[in-house]
Amino acid sequence: MSTNPEMSSAAGVATPGRSGSVAPDSPLLSISGLSIDYLGERTVHAVANVSLQLGRGEIIGLAGESGCGKSTLAYGINQLLVPPAVITEGGVTFHDRSGDDIDVLALEDKELRRYRWNKVSMVFQGAMNSLNPVISVRAQLNDVFATHRPQMSKAERRLRSGELLELVGVDPKRLDSYAHELSGGMRQRVMIAMALALDPELMIMDEPTTALDVVVQRDILLEITRLREELGFAVIFITHDLPLLLEISDRIAIMRHGRIVEMASAEEIFFAAQDPYTRQLLRSFPSLTGERGDFIRHGAQLENEEVR
Amino acid sequence: MAELITESIAVRADAADEEPDDSQRRRGRSAFWRRLLTPKFVVGAVVVLLIVLFGLIGPLITQDPNAIDNIGLSSPSGAHPLGTTSVGQDVLAQLAHSTRGSLTVGVLVAAFTLGLSAFFGIIGAYIGGITDEGFSLLSNVMLVIPGLPLVIVIASYVESQSVLLVIVVLALTGWAAGARVLRAQTLSLRNREYVLASRVAGERTWRVICVEILPNLLPVMSSGFVFGIVGAVLAEAGLSFIGIGATGSLTWGTMLADAQNGQALLFGAWWWFAPPGLLIAALGAALSLINFSIDEVINPKLRTTNIAKVERRTKREHQS
Amino acid sequence: MSILRKLAFYLVALFAALTLNFAIPRMLPSNPVDVLLGKLQAQGPVTPETRQALMLLFGTDTSVPIWQQYLDYLQSLATGNLGVSVTYFPTPVTEVIASALPWTLVLVGLTTLITFVIGMVIGTIAGWKRGTWVDSLIPSTTILASVPYFWLAMVLVYLLSVTAGIFPLGGGYDVRRTSPELSFEFLSSALYYAALPALTIVISSIGGWILGMRNMMVSTLSEDYVITARAKGLSPKRVMITYAARNAALPSIAGFAISLGFVVGGSVVMEQVFSYPGIGNAFLLAVQNNDYALMQGLFLVITISVLGANLLVDLLYQFIDPRTRARGV
Repeated sequence: MSTNPEMSSAAGVATPGRSGSVAPDSPLLSISGLSIDYLGERTVHAVANVSLQLGRGEIIGLAGESGCGKSTLAYGINQLLVPPAVITEGGVTFHDRSGDDIDVLALEDKELRRYRWNKVSMVFQGAMNSLNPVISVRAQLNDVFATHRPQMSKAERRLRSGELLELVGVDPKRLDSYAHELSGGMRQRVMIAMALALDPELMIMDEPTTALDVVVQRDILLEITRLREELGFAVIFITHDLPLLLEISDRIAIMRHGRIVEMASAEEIFFAAQDPYTRQLLRSFPSLTGERGDFIRHGAQLENEEVR
Repeated sequence: MAELITESIAVRADAADEEPDDSQRRRGRSAFWRRLLTPKFVVGAVVVLLIVLFGLIGPLITQDPNAIDNIGLSSPSGAHPLGTTSVGQDVLAQLAHSTRGSLTVGVLVAAFTLGLSAFFGIIGAYIGGITDEGFSLLSNVMLVIPGLPLVIVIASYVESQSVLLVIVVLALTGWAAGARVLRAQTLSLRNREYVLASRVAGERTWRVICVEILPNLLPVMSSGFVFGIVGAVLAEAGLSFIGIGATGSLTWGTMLADAQNGQALLFGAWWWFAPPGLLIAALGAALSLINFSIDEVINPKLRTTNIAKVERRTKREHQS
Repeated sequence: MSILRKLAFYLVALFAALTLNFAIPRMLPSNPVDVLLGKLQAQGPVTPETRQALMLLFGTDTSVPIWQQYLDYLQSLATGNLGVSVTYFPTPVTEVIASALPWTLVLVGLTTLITFVIGMVIGTIAGWKRGTWVDSLIPSTTILASVPYFWLAMVLVYLLSVTAGIFPLGGGYDVRRTSPELSFEFLSSALYYAALPALTIVISSIGGWILGMRNMMVSTLSEDYVITARAKGLSPKRVMITYAARNAALPSIAGFAISLGFVVGGSVVMEQVFSYPGIGNAFLLAVQNNDYALMQGLFLVITISVLGANLLVDLLYQFIDPRTRARGV
């Protein structure tokens, strides 16, 4: 396990190519006091008072066991929640590179649609199913362009689509394929290509590699980090796989029961974790000598702690 | 009607596909009943109950349905609460006996059809190989050949037209759809771990089918049975209406046929042709409601009122 | 490859239907020829030709072995010889069918298609806007779906024809004023007479399509690719139609093929209520008059149409769902 020294810089390093009227170390996204509940017979507090600031071009990892609220948080900051999930308090602000501050939760209809994918794009868990099975990949890319860049001509779209696929290492001939004709790894790459189509400033990735085998997983991760270096977008990387985050993230936030229990840089987490839960997480990597693992997937109580 | 059936079967099939969740089962029982007893279900169940009671008890307390009278066609009155037919027969009495007749046909046909579907669908799929291919081909062919004309053709060739004939013919022509669904389900269940486990442990085939597979097919089979009753009642009504049904007996279909032949429409005798049809519709609707309620319990995503209520509450709380 | 397999299946089904048609009269205890002759004789003397034709049709000439009869039967079918109709004696069966078929095709075929399309559209909207007033339509359309076709027809006739006098009581067109030809008179008359039957079909069958599509939309809306589409900021219309509806519609289209069989059955009864001069009506007349030749001929035509329609939808499905093309399903 190694940490890439280039990536362990603190939040907010200005990346090349991102000129604009913003100060190099101002945050890209500010989440303040966000709380999300699932209404129902028993109300579940999925996310409780979460605050964090994401710097430009930074990779923040969100780690935690199943059900800790990390995916809910991701959906929430993009207004993708469906009832019975509802944001009960807090705010999300996107600091655009042009200098505007966008109150994300207040966006509606047309403005929300303009914001989406342009500023923030998402790669969902298990891209197995993120592609529309009945239309071609080309058609889905075209949809994105037609909606957000209507001035692009057909030739330009074709060119750009080809470029995007090449960027992620997929043969442009695959543009005319359907989802079922692509392997899992290819589908995920196509999803990443689509997420990059409009040159967003932030990409949210929810367990993008969990459903893939380890070899492909490695390839995709390398791809993501390479692209980030090249294009300079920020990433919120959500996964339960802490070791993975330690490798690629600048900072890591550990979530538990809807709260962030610790947030620090990758080295700090690895070498000097403060919170006992974080330490427990770290201790439960499946080690090469075969000691206990499986902690992260099923959840467990800390020693001396009662079930909530 | 067919679309409703395929829809409900799809929901049940979906449910059978999911592995049972232990925690769900534990708190399952009382929650199941609570979720089931929605207004929709209660309305359906009550209506079915009333109709069944009418069919069971009605014939015992009404007049003789076949007694001809001189009054001829007459509208509802004290002596005849639902009026009389063109030959003076009491409509209410006819209705009561018809209810019994139609319900009998409906249930029997549904039962036979289910038996045939189960045989061709489950056993074929479980055994596999040539048996499966053969059974499956048979079902597909039977499915594609138009049912009602076939029934009419068969029924018309036979001299004596009785209720039994109608039941047999309807069952023989109607099992194909259910067989196909059950086959698809069995195929997917066959490869579940617990089934494989019992096969490896050496359980006999029929035991595996009865103990492991059948219980999981119950939702689909029950849906098929309930809709089968409705389908059979409708089919019998149609047959009787065109004169090839159980011409001697009293069913809703034969009543409607008599009404048509007795020019009830022209004479505006609504009391004659409206009640049988209304009862058919009521039974069909009530059974559908019951089936849909069960569907919603099995697949919570379908619930309508819940979501609307939650959305409204969400909006309210957000505004406050 | 899969297309060949499909065609083969339909051929098998066709042969099964033909064989059934051949076998049934020969399997049942009563001798149809005698029954028929008995009935015919009541109306007047029966010519030796008729007797011969009937015996040929039913192969009661036991000197000829069964397999030979079957071949003769197939041969006569191939040459388009379906026999002579008793009801419309001496018109050949093929002519009777040819004059009745267009009526049913236009009325039942067109109306069913229209109902399907309208039902799917309403279902799409109902599923998309879940939890709104559109949902309250569902129970009522469900109830309508359990109403027997023909009873609904009776009620409509009673309400709109006998009582209100808006629509005619029955028939295909106004026999007193026009006759089948390509004229405005005839076509408008035909349309007028088709209104009630069409209305019956629409009212009683639209519920099923609406419900089916709505439920499929509801499950499709929670699929990943729909959520992704929303996250991409695509217009709601695009998401609803190209991402949700196009996928949700697939089972309904498959179900449409199956329902074609039921539609044909239903038309038989409904045409009786309206005395509509279509296939169903002819079929019933044939049954009532023990016109076996016409009955068998009609059964054949009905079966071929249903098989043909099923085949068409099957092939269409290949275009709509790219996954079937690959798997050869």
